[in-house]
Amino acid sequence: MQHDAILAETIGIRGHADDEIEAYTARPMDGGSRGGMIVIHHMPGYDAATKEITRRFATMGYHAICPNLYMREAPGADPDDAAATARAQGGVPDERFVGDAAGAARWLRSLPTANGRVGAIGFCSGGRQAVLAGMEVDIQAAVDCYGAFVVGTPPEGFPLQVSPLADRIGDLQAPLLGLFGNEDSYPSPDHVDELEKLLQEHGKTYEFHRYDDAGHAFFSVDRPAYRVAAAVDGWEKIRDFLARHLATPGA
Amino acid sequence: MCTYSTEKLDLAQSSGKGPEGWFPLRTATVYYDHPVHAPDEHTVNIDFLNPERGPGARVAVELSLDSARALLAALRTTVERAARH
Repeated sequence: MQHDAILAETIGIRGHADDEIEAYTARPMDGGSRGGMIVIHHMPGYDAATKEITRRFATMGYHAICPNLYMREAPGADPDDAAATARAQGGVPDERFVGDAAGAARWLRSLPTANGRVGAIGFCSGGRQAVLAGMEVDIQAAVDCYGAFVVGTPPEGFPLQVSPLADRIGDLQAPLLGLFGNEDSYPSPDHVDELEKLLQEHGKTYEFHRYDDAGHAFFSVDRPAYRVAAAVDGWEKIRDFLARHLATPGA
Repeated sequence: MCTYSTEKLDLAQSSGKGPEGWFPLRTATVYYDHPVHAPDEHTVNIDFLNPERGPGARVAVELSLDSARALLAALRTTVERAARH
């Protein structure tokens, strides 16, 4: 009989520039050998919903960790206050995100039951960051859930430190799973087409799934954007993709 | 939609009341994005902030588009009236 026990807790890890940052982790208590998942929180921050997703990956059999990307701007703050502060200061610089994600990957690989394989999943702004992690961090799977500005041009006067990644798709090392709502405007279906074309041109391993009757944030169970059919199917696609790319070799 | 588009403005001679009482306001950000609490997919959000006092020094509102339009009209009327004082 499986006991399905997981341990969930807040820890400190070393991130960009060797800074100590807060992270929420959840991991199965069974032994064995397993892959790890970096959960990249959405723009509203390191919140309860994202921690719930982190626990979900542990119940799926992965070590999971969600770094608080806003900790430097807002240590100890409520997630919504931290998100407002980060927004007012221009968001998370890419270089710092990459350093924090690399720290999370190092931490996952340091666990005694790690199989060395690590994936990253991001929602909303985190979707773009998951693609970025697939370019710059040693990961074996990247999952982009409706990330805006992987391609496309940010609006004029755009205050956040976000630039499109279109000209860097050739650098993508990790297989990419993309999940998108056809009613989303950022990214729009045209943006998704453009990204898919670039992935094909560069011969990258990817799979995209697009959902009708779903817009941005269709996985968000606590928001009106939630769409049951898309979210249920999306989680199945995630489960299948990770099983293929993060499984212990030879297991 | 997640536009990230944000208008930012400096505030002077202004105050807000947060959980710990009144404090001077320094900046405000205005954006149309997902709310934390309001029951809609997108709202017009305004954060009145004082960065020197930390992330908790914040007065936040999430307004439906209709409510934001009504506020805008009320602000315009009030500001025009104030100019005649």
